[in-house]
Amino acid sequence: MLDNSEGYVTEDGRQIGGVVMEMKNITLRFGGVVAIKDISFDIREGEIRAIIGPNGAGKSSMLNVISGFYVPQEGEVWFHGSKRPPMRPYEVAQQGIARTFQNIALFEGMSVLDNVMTGRLSFMKTNMFQQAWWKGKAEAEETENREAVEKIIDFLEVQHIRKTPVSRLPYGLKKRVELARALAAEPKLLLLDEPMAGMNVEEKEDMSRFILDVNDEFGTTIALIEHDMGVVMDLSDRVVVMDYGKKIGDGTPDEVRNNQEVIDAYLGVSHD
Amino acid sequence: MGRRERLAQTQSGAEGMQSLPALLHRNVTQFGDAPAYREKEFGIWQCWSWAEAAKEIRAIALGFLELGVEKGDHIAVIGRNRPAHYWSMVAAQMVGAVPVPLYQDSVAEEMAYVLEHCGAKYVVCGDQEQVDKVIEIQENLHQVKHILYTDKRGMRKYDHSQMNALDDIMAEGSAGHARFDAELDKRIAAITYDDTCVMLYTSGTTGKPKGVVLSNRNVIESAKNSAEFDHLTRNEDILSYLPMAWVGDFIFSIGQAYWCGFCVNCPESADTMMTDLREIGPTYFFAPPRVFETQLTNVMIRMEDAGKLKQRMFHHFMAHAKKVGGLLLDGKPVGFGDKLKYALGNLLVYGPLKDTLGYGRFRVGYTAGEAIGPEIFDFYRSLGINLKQLYGQTEATVFITVQPDGEVRADTVGVPAPDVELKIDDKGEIHYRSPGVFVEYYNNPDSTASTKDAEGWVATGDAGFIEETSGHLRIIDRAKDVGKMADGSMFAPKYVENKLKFYPDILEVVLFGNGKDRCVAFINIDLTAVGNWAERNNVAYASYQELAGHPRVLETIRGHVEEVNKSVAADEMLSGCQVHRFVVLHKELDADDGEMTRTRKVRRGFVEDKFHDIIAALYDGSESVSTTTEVTYEDGRKGSISATLEIVDAPVVPVAQHKVAAE
Repeated sequence: MLDNSEGYVTEDGRQIGGVVMEMKNITLRFGGVVAIKDISFDIREGEIRAIIGPNGAGKSSMLNVISGFYVPQEGEVWFHGSKRPPMRPYEVAQQGIARTFQNIALFEGMSVLDNVMTGRLSFMKTNMFQQAWWKGKAEAEETENREAVEKIIDFLEVQHIRKTPVSRLPYGLKKRVELARALAAEPKLLLLDEPMAGMNVEEKEDMSRFILDVNDEFGTTIALIEHDMGVVMDLSDRVVVMDYGKKIGDGTPDEVRNNQEVIDAYLGVSHD
Repeated sequence: MGRRERLAQTQSGAEGMQSLPALLHRNVTQFGDAPAYREKEFGIWQCWSWAEAAKEIRAIALGFLELGVEKGDHIAVIGRNRPAHYWSMVAAQMVGAVPVPLYQDSVAEEMAYVLEHCGAKYVVCGDQEQVDKVIEIQENLHQVKHILYTDKRGMRKYDHSQMNALDDIMAEGSAGHARFDAELDKRIAAITYDDTCVMLYTSGTTGKPKGVVLSNRNVIESAKNSAEFDHLTRNEDILSYLPMAWVGDFIFSIGQAYWCGFCVNCPESADTMMTDLREIGPTYFFAPPRVFETQLTNVMIRMEDAGKLKQRMFHHFMAHAKKVGGLLLDGKPVGFGDKLKYALGNLLVYGPLKDTLGYGRFRVGYTAGEAIGPEIFDFYRSLGINLKQLYGQTEATVFITVQPDGEVRADTVGVPAPDVELKIDDKGEIHYRSPGVFVEYYNNPDSTASTKDAEGWVATGDAGFIEETSGHLRIIDRAKDVGKMADGSMFAPKYVENKLKFYPDILEVVLFGNGKDRCVAFINIDLTAVGNWAERNNVAYASYQELAGHPRVLETIRGHVEEVNKSVAADEMLSGCQVHRFVVLHKELDADDGEMTRTRKVRRGFVEDKFHDIIAALYDGSESVSTTTEVTYEDGRKGSISATLEIVDAPVVPVAQHKVAAE
């Protein structure tokens, strides 16, 4: 089923499209340490794709390869049918890939609104002088972008903290603001690095709902890293499992759950 | 049509204006461009004029006809305060259906009872959450023909064979208007003054909720009388944030809004209410005491953080406001110097403070629902905020008594509202009769008969009396809680409990003494307030229990009880209710342990049984009591706490046997 380049239909009836991004035989080394060893997988349009694995498996490195922050020594990254040359992160962002970070990376002193507005950066065409003058072009541009941002604020239900400085927010809300900023870029592919880390059950439920809603409403393709297995299995359409930099499983949550190698990696195996 | 318009301009408008659609039509013809609704969405206040709102409402009504809504059908509305939900209710009236607003936070089972009871065939839901509840209910109750929803988010994947977005229905209705216009106009014209306007379910502290049927007459007469009483005009702005299922919101946001033609403002979300309040600056406002309490606490906490100069200025002018602010508001004579100083204070402190609170344009406002602390009440009054109290219930279409301007006090609920007759029966229970008296409890003739007699008098279930000097009504307690002491004098626990609860240190009080010779009390301290005090005074404590039993805490509470006893003694009827002895309980009364209801009302009988050993000790004169109490943790596990509680004697004021004036 998964070999079909036309895509597939999920259990809940969503149509998943063709391949958006393909990782071909990626190997990433830091000096003598091999973080990722010969890994291949694809991400299809409209799906929620998870990368899971125990600590140190190389998940975050993988995400950094996708986002263009790391350039792998071997292997190719294909995006929308063409091979991607080594790029700077901002060039990757312009291609329509946005991300959130495991350790929140917001502008702490700025309000939620301003933080989310920074996500619109690639839509701003006016130069510094036009913005300083503000009247006319810059004003129209700001109004237009503010509208887009307000829709996201409404969507993620953060109206009540619109004007609050980020530094005063609790952790769970900061994570949501980060998601808002990533969404403001109107990404085609959204990368989430441990969106539920450090959250309580209620916050996790909220975040899961928002991730599903984003996927549902905007049709955004989502790739996420997470080590909370329960969350991942409920959210994702397909899962890649990594261990010690290698891919040990790839498939639907059910397939992965019954994969002996995956079970061994998570529960440990006796060496006799 | 001409007659209707002419009548609208005369004082006897109520005669011509026999329904909300008629009032809507009048408003559109007379001031169609004036704002009728505002809602903050996407960070901006979106506005609809009366003409625009009428168009939207008509589109919904046409959509209802297309769906096949019949006369007399019930249409439930479940959602937060949004223009579209108010419009749905008026549209339902246009097609001859009965709107039934429900509490959006009730769980599916509670909702199931109400939906089944009213037999709603159509439900307007605010969002996915409400739709899910209705679908869950629908599994057992196959009566709902169609679900409508306002917020489309997350709804894409649902089976839409019996479901639509409200927008879609409006578009379909508008598209098919040629087919339905005549039918709609016919139905609007057929509405009579005694047709049902709305059905509201009362929460009911005992038993199942009851559906109170209110006619157009009830709603329009009450809106007219109350609007005239407070001289409300079409220039008012209100913030609609209280539950739509509550009778007050229906009267303020629909009844009075349509009668007067003023603008209804809906907040962006429940969490932004305070910001939205400040942005709108309502001229007419309603809030339960809790809202005012929270605001006052916030002001006081923020003043603590302010600079020295600001603090001194604040306290200096607030002391002055306390002295003359209330008098000025009541139009009583005040010296020229004091007036001048008050004006200065207004410039420096009161004005800016009112702006911050969102009360800069506050002309008249009410608090009701429960007793408000006199300090809180006076604080707002002294700032020149015309906050008043009213007493009412769903069955009366809100208004039973209201406080007229210039006669506002914290301890009364005012004089009978216009056209309301009041009587107190020999047991002290308050009865009333008015044009607002409800038609009936839906499908419940027994309850209707036991509440409303043949002459139209309604029993409130509250005990109270009318003050001879002022003619104002004072509420004592729920009638069923009022008892008699051994010597025959009145026992009204709530009255004393409320007086004690007004102290920030005290969270909860339970008074005992029915049938006894004297009263004793259980007291819960407020951990936040007392904990704060302990921190500032270097009082170390390791647990709630330890803090509650601390000698200095007991001493403070004893002081409060003494003051309350003095004030209770001053009241002839209730002087027997002074607290002779009390304990500060070692645990907070909690709904998880069954000691309170989920709405935080003490379950007296249960508490009396559970802590019978402590009550016995309070009466037998012992100095302390050892007890073990079972507690339920939040995850459902049970445990127990043991404690030795010190029993404190409180000074009481001796009361003369024969009722002789104290001075």
